Amino acid sequence: MVFGRSKGGKHPVEPVTLKILVAGGFGVGKTTLVGAVSEIRPLRTEELLTEAGRPVDDLTGVEGKHTTTVAMDFGRITLREDLVLYLFGTPGQERFWFMWDELSEGALGAVVLADTRRLEDCFAAVDYFERRSIPFLVGVNCFEGAARYPAEDVRRALDLDPDVPLVMCDARDRESVKEVLVGVVQHAMAYAAARRRSPVTT
Amino acid sequence: MSADGQARLHWFDDEAGPVVRPYAMTRGRTTSAAQHRLDLIAVVVAEPHADDPEADTTLSPEHVDIVGRCRETPQSVAELAAGLDLPIGVVRVLVGDLVAADLVHVNRPVPPAELPDESILRDVINGLRAL
Repeated sequence: MVFGRSKGGKHPVEPVTLKILVAGGFGVGKTTLVGAVSEIRPLRTEELLTEAGRPVDDLTGVEGKHTTTVAMDFGRITLREDLVLYLFGTPGQERFWFMWDELSEGALGAVVLADTRRLEDCFAAVDYFERRSIPFLVGVNCFEGAARYPAEDVRRALDLDPDVPLVMCDARDRESVKEVLVGVVQHAMAYAAARRRSPVTT
Repeated sequence: MSADGQARLHWFDDEAGPVVRPYAMTRGRTTSAAQHRLDLIAVVVAEPHADDPEADTTLSPEHVDIVGRCRETPQSVAELAAGLDLPIGVVRVLVGDLVAADLVHVNRPVPPAELPDESILRDVINGLRAL
């Protein structure tokens, strides 16, 4: 590109990469949240699925289609030349959980985005991260026109453990999303520290 | 209208799917011998001596493309897949080939179940705040 090929012996910086997952129901604003802080337009990666999805996917009109794709949107934040954070929006449909397993491997933590009008849509995500002991934070995306509920009510409705942070946010707003992400990392740190203190808690 | 009906019956361009089926590029392989599953955020780095991959006739255009992209800037597996518009599984196999050919190496992210250093997490928080 601008610099063309580098002929010299200068090695490119090999960054440390980290990832945070963004989960939640369909249309809750996952990609919007990623886009609000990502330095690149959210990219899309796909994985092919074959016959397995057939009984479930509605293929009316596209009967000739034998494969379907799971798409994941992701964004990138270069914090330092040698430190890069990726944000991955998890595929909305629950039957793509095998992709979640792969995505959550090695993840720093997760954001579960919730919409108070359809709170039940994020139950599955909350449950998923709880079971796998992945530190997560619930961000209530304050949509315009949606009734505001006190945090305590939302917390009770989701049956959250007391140590799981819950914040009100606006997925379109960069500052708000930054705070959400800082919250996730802080929670992950506290979580790791608690685990070190009492490694065997079953 | 009829145009609408036509569109339903026939697929054109991108809708018809790729001209070369994705896994044809890997010659049907879904895993590569040398590499266990590469993480989506594993970073692929071109080796300094890999400055003319096109000269290697055993490489496919996609292989050459990957080396070219990674020579400019090291890239994660996810970014490569998005940039090349290929499924992640295909990119993993192709990267595996390139590792075997000693044209690239892969920096694995922090291993699962091992949280990164507290100092790195602090750097992340500071970095986010400074955005």
